[in-house]
Amino acid sequence: MSELATTINKTIATKNPSAVPLETLLDCKIEELHYGKFKAVRDVAVKIVTGTITAFIGPSGCGKSTALRCLNRMNDLVRGFKIKGQVMFRGYDIYAPNVDPVAVRRHIGMVFQQPNPFAMSIYRNVSFGLRLNGYRGNVEEKVEQALRQSALWDEVKDKLHSSGLSLSGGQQQRLCIARAIATEPAVLLMDEPCSALDPIATHKIEELMKELQKKYTIAIVTHNLQQAKRVADMTAFLYVDTTQGGRTGYQVEYGPTQKIFESPAEKYTKDYLSGEFS
Amino acid sequence: MAGAHINQPVAEIDIEELRFSLRRPRSLFSYGMSLLTGAATVAALLPLLSVLYLLAKKGLQGISLATFTELPPAAMAPGGGVGNAIVGTVVIVFLATLISVPIGILAAIFITEFGPETRVASAVRFAAKVLTGLPSILAGVFAFAVVVAVTGGFSAPAGAIALALLMLPTILLTAEEAIKRVPPRMREAAVGMGATPTQVVSQVVVPTALSGILTGVMLAVARAAGETAPLLFTSLFSNFWISRTSPQFLPKTLSDLMKPTASLAVIIYNFSGSPFENQIALAWSAALILVLIVLVVNVGGQIVASRSSNP
Repeated sequence: MSELATTINKTIATKNPSAVPLETLLDCKIEELHYGKFKAVRDVAVKIVTGTITAFIGPSGCGKSTALRCLNRMNDLVRGFKIKGQVMFRGYDIYAPNVDPVAVRRHIGMVFQQPNPFAMSIYRNVSFGLRLNGYRGNVEEKVEQALRQSALWDEVKDKLHSSGLSLSGGQQQRLCIARAIATEPAVLLMDEPCSALDPIATHKIEELMKELQKKYTIAIVTHNLQQAKRVADMTAFLYVDTTQGGRTGYQVEYGPTQKIFESPAEKYTKDYLSGEFS
Repeated sequence: MAGAHINQPVAEIDIEELRFSLRRPRSLFSYGMSLLTGAATVAALLPLLSVLYLLAKKGLQGISLATFTELPPAAMAPGGGVGNAIVGTVVIVFLATLISVPIGILAAIFITEFGPETRVASAVRFAAKVLTGLPSILAGVFAFAVVVAVTGGFSAPAGAIALALLMLPTILLTAEEAIKRVPPRMREAAVGMGATPTQVVSQVVVPTALSGILTGVMLAVARAAGETAPLLFTSLFSNFWISRTSPQFLPKTLSDLMKPTASLAVIIYNFSGSPFENQIALAWSAALILVLIVLVVNVGGQIVASRSSNP
């Protein structure tokens, strides 16, 4: 068990003595990440512990989304993408040459910045992942369960067969969360899931994240500092390094959210959080 | 700032100046231009409407049940129909669709999804764009050389290959456009859930693009159904039913297909130049039937497309 997990276990144990001990689920070390010749990110090292919410914060262009997308190999879609480093998922390097990125993404799901339901019914949206995997159990039950878990059931139970695109933005995003969790991935990556939503919808998603935390490990990118403070157990602060010519994002500091916000070790973190930069 | 103007005195206005009048050059010009656009719209509609009117007027006269069920008549002989030509057109266009649709759609998927930057993709795009402008008679000459000359006779498949050659670029290019219009975030969503590339394409990209793809197929079918020149070199014409055994309109063996086959386009071509009244009348009826077939295919395609795009 990592040192970090031990620390978190202690924190959690004081809140809830009956909690099961946790371990590092994702151990991400990005030494260098290139898009073609452009060096986008360097020196990110994050350990994500089971059952926690980890937030990536930092200014635009600091590579926080890029770092998050490394965790389930979404960056493979970008032409010229190269990574030096490794991302260990339950002890396996997901960038090892014999690993199937498709299989990785089945275990590490993703919710995107813009709600992106398919042009299908709500029901078919949620059952999409089940169909991909040829699930043979009770699909209806799974769909209901996923919709309940994403706090959308009561709003859509009477119109499961109308289009997913007919919902409001916040509902669409919860539909996307339902779709992502219907196949019960181990980790849920959320790339600025609230940036296209109003404060009320945002609040609902945040409540939802805390609820989902009981079953899923979550990593979230957010440009909303208060959101990180409200929901995240651990926070990584990334910043942009312009000294070497390009704009390369790197990790300045990583630790328990409370510590990052209340007593950051680095000056950059302190300045950014106190609004000196933005 | 807005409040500062509240107490400004209102300038005196002559009510006559506010009234619409064509005596003012500006108003007159604008009115004239609006009329012109309307007139141009009517002018654009006119050829279509007059063709339809003429077809209906001339074609409906001679149409009866026999037109659909009987064989072409000899000169001056009463009755007769274009039954074998209707069957022939359906068979040839169906075969052509069977050839061109899978190739066109799969190729479009490759050049958009799997290898958009590859050389073969740019070569295919270029070839398709050139082929769109291919005079249809060349497709016939080509099919004559590679099919008729090789198999030793005119046949329905030879006609189908000529038509497929004409349909392929339309299907491919419209499918490519339709697939390109699928929002990238939908693809991302599927990839992010662990869909394999094939699943992304079959479950998300193609269903989302289906109405656009079908539109291309319909356009191609409509064009192919009306082509005459390529068929003159390939399937020629026949005065007989496609099959010798009953039901005669249903091709049952390969040899049923491997012989000259009738088609509406060719019968229109043959009979419209005929000196005999009855054959000319039948050419009109055949033309009307051809237009109706194309219309039904088009409308049917639109309905299927609109159904499939709504969940």
